[in-house]
Amino acid sequence: MHIVVCIKQVPDSAQIRVHPVTNTIMRQGVPAIINPYDLFAIEAALALKDQLGGKVTVLTMGPPQAEPALRKALSYGCDEAVLVTDKLFAGADTLATSYVLASAIKTLHQETPVDLVFTGKQTIDGDTAQVGPGVAKRLELELLTYVSRIVSVDQAANSIRVERRAEGGVQVLETRLPALITMLEGSNEIRFGSAPDMFRAARAEVCVWDRNAAGIEDIKKVGLKGSPTIVSRVFVPSPRAQKAQQIEFDAANPEAATQTLLDKVLVEIPKVKKQLDQTRDNKRASRSAGERHE
Amino acid sequence: MSQYNAPLRDMHFVMKELAGLEQVVQLPGYEEVDTDLSDAILEEASKFAGNVLSPINFSGDQEGSKWHNKAVTVPAGFKEAYTQFAENGWTALACSPEFGGQGLPKLISTAVNEMWKSANMAFSLCPMLTTGAIEALMTAGSDALKQKFLPKMVSGEWTGTMNLTEPSAGSDLAAVRTRAEPQGDGSYKIFGQKIFITYGDHNMTENIVHLVLARLPNAPEGVKGISLFVVPKFMVKDDGSLGERNDAYCVSIEHKLGIHASPTAVMAFGDHGGAVGYLVGEENRGLEYMFIMMNAARFAVGMEGVALAERAYQQAVWYAKDRIQGTELGVRGGPKVSILKHPDVRRLLMSMRSQTEAARALAYVVAAAMDAAKHHPDEAVRAANQAFADLMIPVVKGHSTEMSIEVASEGVQVHGGMGFIEETGAAQHLRDARITAIYEGTTAIQANDLIGRKMAREGGATIKAVIAEMRKLDAKLAAQNGADFVAIRKRFAAGVDALEQAANWIVAIFKDDIKAAHAGSVPFLRLLGIVAGGWQMARAALVAQEKIAGGDSDPFYAAKIVTARFFADHQLTKAQGLTDSIVDGATGTLALAEELF
Repeated sequence: MHIVVCIKQVPDSAQIRVHPVTNTIMRQGVPAIINPYDLFAIEAALALKDQLGGKVTVLTMGPPQAEPALRKALSYGCDEAVLVTDKLFAGADTLATSYVLASAIKTLHQETPVDLVFTGKQTIDGDTAQVGPGVAKRLELELLTYVSRIVSVDQAANSIRVERRAEGGVQVLETRLPALITMLEGSNEIRFGSAPDMFRAARAEVCVWDRNAAGIEDIKKVGLKGSPTIVSRVFVPSPRAQKAQQIEFDAANPEAATQTLLDKVLVEIPKVKKQLDQTRDNKRASRSAGERHE
Repeated sequence: MSQYNAPLRDMHFVMKELAGLEQVVQLPGYEEVDTDLSDAILEEASKFAGNVLSPINFSGDQEGSKWHNKAVTVPAGFKEAYTQFAENGWTALACSPEFGGQGLPKLISTAVNEMWKSANMAFSLCPMLTTGAIEALMTAGSDALKQKFLPKMVSGEWTGTMNLTEPSAGSDLAAVRTRAEPQGDGSYKIFGQKIFITYGDHNMTENIVHLVLARLPNAPEGVKGISLFVVPKFMVKDDGSLGERNDAYCVSIEHKLGIHASPTAVMAFGDHGGAVGYLVGEENRGLEYMFIMMNAARFAVGMEGVALAERAYQQAVWYAKDRIQGTELGVRGGPKVSILKHPDVRRLLMSMRSQTEAARALAYVVAAAMDAAKHHPDEAVRAANQAFADLMIPVVKGHSTEMSIEVASEGVQVHGGMGFIEETGAAQHLRDARITAIYEGTTAIQANDLIGRKMAREGGATIKAVIAEMRKLDAKLAAQNGADFVAIRKRFAAGVDALEQAANWIVAIFKDDIKAAHAGSVPFLRLLGIVAGGWQMARAALVAQEKIAGGDSDPFYAAKIVTARFFADHQLTKAQGLTDSIVDGATGTLALAEELF
């Protein structure tokens, strides 16, 4: 079984500050960590490897400084690490990123066929949750998002069964391999890195791929050029000027309390009153129209 | 009750800025290690300590290890934690790669070990004793013995014990009476009783490897007639599988003041026909092999002092922030505040914090010296570092452990009445700390070693060199601005003066009045501990000042200077008092006739 886990190195949001003037993230001095959601993907992949054997390749696109994140992943027990890095990749949005990752996975697949790709549900810095599905679409992989549990993998039937958290319940889904899974937070707990794995991680060679090595076919699809997303404005929402009000009412008299509350709302928010009046008028009109039909 | 949170920031600072981690990892033999690896290891260790070992510290203390029918059961959670500990490779950290270890520098393994000890000292004793047994076998064992026992001890599948003490052979091991009879097939039968055997029996692993001091027939009297034997709990067959149960049984465990989770066994060897043992190294050289490990073992116990002081401090800070009591002084009719606002609570916390940081800094610097003493290419540098480590190890052991008892007691005091209640968790640290100043050589044994073997025997050469090194800091301190550095410089200079006066007195009087010198040995050990701690805190303040001047706004640095200043005003001021006690105090100590006691 060959499993690829896509991870991203992100600034530790617990220690991040926003520049008061430019509203951009001040990354200086903020430690970089593996995107916390990706840890669930790594653990899910390692647990499958423990169960079925095979290898786990951890993959990231990023600047050369992202290498420690890959070594960290190796120290948990991942077998190989690939850093896809190229000056041309800078400024990539989710479309361009998924293109690069998909190309790299295709390249990995040529060497050892890839059965499963894991990603976190989203990153804590971008929060888009688009890269995983983007990769799946480009590689025509079956896509399972928000997965909370891997139920079973049937290698003979080449299929996987998972649980997916959905509104109002849990879906049990089964699909064929190869597939891409985005893992939900809280679905597992990342293991402790062992001392031998830490030594191995420190000595291991991280494959560093530029655009050629990663098998990028169309350089117009990478980096800023390949990114149609435009950030038009970044701003901090201004806090509301109004303060909350306390409305006194008599609990023994709910009707009067409702009346007081409604009056208050209608005075404070004229829009609501207008809408209510409108609805009432419409109802009247339709009623009188109905009356006419009779 | 608070859980342990490893002080990674201070550990990294001390390792990198004071103990010279960069230089240590450059030493020959440590090619595989770099500072990134060190960071990664500390981070994972801190998680394991905080999430696995710390949560079973209090429950382990309350439940304790249980003895039934010659077998010991450890408290709930210990077996699982140990299995995970071994699986994650933590048992092998400092062991030789030849037998599956990681061969990490002492400096790094010291920081990692501090975490185990802080998180759960009773648990940490088992791997610590195993490491000692591994080193003994590594040093003196034959290849056959090494191949048979070491790989599984390094991997943690088996644990090790050290069987030295007997009912009438404690600090004086010359009195060992356990005997070994040759069987003619290369093996021996061991007969005798050993006491105070840490983890002498337990249910965490399938086998236990006992190292036992015993006398051969016709061996010379005293320390020169003691040999060292390996005695496994279960015999090990040639294919590595386990055979018959050996005649080595735990016949009871002690009821102790602290470290309740750690079983302290009374071991009976040979009650049923003789325990099979194998000679380690040569006949009659057992004590010598033990002494090779003595430095490492004493240093490790010194780290227990640092670790428990840290844990007690964390618990006290947690409580002081949480506990609302009284109003702030000088604020009339003000709101109730946390006790952290009260000056004496602050004094207690700063006392705990500053002494802990000073002891950690000194210990790590000594660990780095031990690395250099072993691995530096230049023989003169190796020798100088060895001399420094030899001088300081009794101080790390004696001073850090005595300090930890005082600090843990201050921690109880911060809690007020709640500190006297077990459920709060502060009392355990005080009880656990108490043993550290006793085992592996009491404080007096350390102090006697310090003033005798480490000072008087060489005419005080090393201590004088260290004092000269301390004095070099004065110019750097003088170059700094601000009241903090004025105070640090003044107190440190006075402390060094006091130390020099006491050291000269001890070296001078040692031959003429050996009793007077020894009457002052423990105060001298404390004096050296305080001044050497103040030395490291002054160095730390200088580094912090440099970082601040360079534009680093990390509040850690400002706090470090404050803490160094506190240490100068509250600890270094004790130096002259100790010197007065050393120089003038022997008379009062020795004068009373015995019948007046």
